Amino acid sequence: MSELVIRGLHVKIEDKEILKGVDLTIRQGEVHAIMGPNGTGKSTLAYTLMGHPAYEVTEGEVCFKGQNILELEPDERARLGLFLAFQYPVAIPGVTVANFLRTAVNAQRRALNPEDKGIPIPEFRKLLKEKMELLKMDHTFAGRYLNEGFSGGEKKRAEILQMATLKPEIAILDETDSGLDIDALRIVSEGVNALRGPDLGVLVITHYQRILNYIKPDFVHVMMDGRIVESGGPDLALHLEEHGYDWVREKIENGVAS
Amino acid sequence: MTEIPQIITRKARPSAVASQKFAFTVEMVRATKNTYIRDYRNNAWQAFEALPIPTPQEEAWRRTDLRALQAGSFKLAETEIYQKLPTPPEDLLQPMTGDTHGGQVLLLPGGKQCKLDPELASLGVIFTDLQTAENEYPHLLEKILGKIVRPGEGKFAALAGALAQSGVFLYVPPNVQIDQPLQSLLWGPGVGLAHLSHILVYLEEGAEVTYVHESSSPTEPSGQTMHAGIVEIYVGPAANLRFVELQSWGEHVWNFTHERARVDRDGNLDWIFGAIGSRLTKNFSELDLVGQGSHGRMSGFYFTDHDQHLDHDTQQNHRAAHTTSDLLFKGALLGNSRSVWQGMIYVAPGADKTDGYQANRNLVLSPNARADSIPGLEILADDVRCTHGATVGKIDQDQVFYLLSRGIPRLEAERLIVEGFFDPIMQRIPFEGVRQRFQRAIHEKMASYSS
Repeated sequence: MSELVIRGLHVKIEDKEILKGVDLTIRQGEVHAIMGPNGTGKSTLAYTLMGHPAYEVTEGEVCFKGQNILELEPDERARLGLFLAFQYPVAIPGVTVANFLRTAVNAQRRALNPEDKGIPIPEFRKLLKEKMELLKMDHTFAGRYLNEGFSGGEKKRAEILQMATLKPEIAILDETDSGLDIDALRIVSEGVNALRGPDLGVLVITHYQRILNYIKPDFVHVMMDGRIVESGGPDLALHLEEHGYDWVREKIENGVAS
Repeated sequence: MTEIPQIITRKARPSAVASQKFAFTVEMVRATKNTYIRDYRNNAWQAFEALPIPTPQEEAWRRTDLRALQAGSFKLAETEIYQKLPTPPEDLLQPMTGDTHGGQVLLLPGGKQCKLDPELASLGVIFTDLQTAENEYPHLLEKILGKIVRPGEGKFAALAGALAQSGVFLYVPPNVQIDQPLQSLLWGPGVGLAHLSHILVYLEEGAEVTYVHESSSPTEPSGQTMHAGIVEIYVGPAANLRFVELQSWGEHVWNFTHERARVDRDGNLDWIFGAIGSRLTKNFSELDLVGQGSHGRMSGFYFTDHDQHLDHDTQQNHRAAHTTSDLLFKGALLGNSRSVWQGMIYVAPGADKTDGYQANRNLVLSPNARADSIPGLEILADDVRCTHGATVGKIDQDQVFYLLSRGIPRLEAERLIVEGFFDPIMQRIPFEGVRQRFQRAIHEKMASYSS
């Protein structure tokens, strides 16, 4: 079973330290949620795990399948089984959803077998159709330019469509709930739930508890000022919803004082 | 007393212009029985002799420098010399517009081959090479030769007008609609040769055709070859022409063309340009909307690498009311290459209710490549709608990261972005064959970019 192990991760961006020692382990089959106020480093963690060049790791390691993935390029991390659903998916004008996804699937297949000739078109069409149905997406979606002119809900559904097609072992959902109305949130969450199982580990990054009503986490963590300061079960999320973050902050301050 | 050595702080700019002289002579002007054609050639020769080789002092040539052109090195192709030169690759002769073509003209140095569906010939369609047209249909040729592009418009137009050995004449009689596309290939191999061409297309009222013309050659490691060409097009009232022009000249070829299409009342021209070859290109293309309600669309793509320099000078003339034009040129650049696009929309007095659009978009893929984009409007009528846009940008690194995050390797990610950038132009090309050819060129150029 694969696990993603984050140890003592320190990250800075433009000389400002954002992550100040993050430790977290996510195993296949588990759903973790990281919650916390804005600006505490949640998205930095997501981008760093995927290898965005703007984020500089100054200390720590991230191990996945026996490798320190911090030494790998983003595409190599992805082919190893890591996935990031973006908070703000990027539009690629002129590239259709189908063309893009077929290129990604073929890159994955080639990584396993350099001789691979690529997924046959009929097989790919069938796969894509099946996944679009899962997410209640119209079939014309496949022919649209990736994320171009997509509504907020369409963008997030497209992210989950990619996840469903690429079948990662560990998926990070970065504020997938932001900007979604309740219907869109339900569709996206149902999509994620349909993919849940012993082969998928999920890290849900969110500012709001709301999404956790739909995607039930096994573990909840609170991030503040670049560290995970509190961990618990699903009831921690409910507690935060009711009482806010102040009690956590006080607890840390008292902890530091004592 | 010791002599003080001269200090040289600056090398003199090469003043090759003075020594630059073509080796052509008046004896090379081909004899012909028809007096109109003879006069045309003689006038063109005189214009060629009178005009200097353009210098960057001329506005149209400000960004395209000809000082390195070895003018004196070019000779005309001798009869049947093609037999000693490389032959065109099979894929250039394949129909790109479907399974078959209605006709094909192959222009070789010192030779030619012409084929036309006998059914089309029986309808009065002419699709043949220039010399045959001159001998067999001089009076039809008179209707267009020199009427749309005047030889005095430039040194290279004059040269092609006077000495063109190769050429195509396409004539479509009134109300004849041709389903199968026609195709011609100008094959210009060799070094030290001047390939001079003249393409003439005449569509009578209500005629309709798709015509694909390609100019091509292999790349030679040293030396230069030149192409100078004229393209004259007339689209008659309510006629409909789709014209696809591709150039994949070798990277030792200096390529100059003067092209103009005149569109009459309610006529329609869909004009597509694709450029991936040549060392240097200066192309003047002009859309002349002379009839009310005429419409023209110009779509161009170019992809340059190494030391290539491509200069496209376009003009959309609205000379009548209710005319519409739509231009989109997109280019990507690698290596030390450079592109220039200079566009102008001109609206004549009284040409009201016209709608003109022009846009040029460039993707600069290498730090040493450069794209110049210069749109222009000159509007002398009151009730018009004219818009333009020009951009020069780089590959967006956020887009690259997004594709990488899906496991797509960097080179493939960048290629996907470049292909997507060209997609709006590809959408305008209804031929799978042409799209595939260009896609292949993108693959090849991007592959050399990574290594």
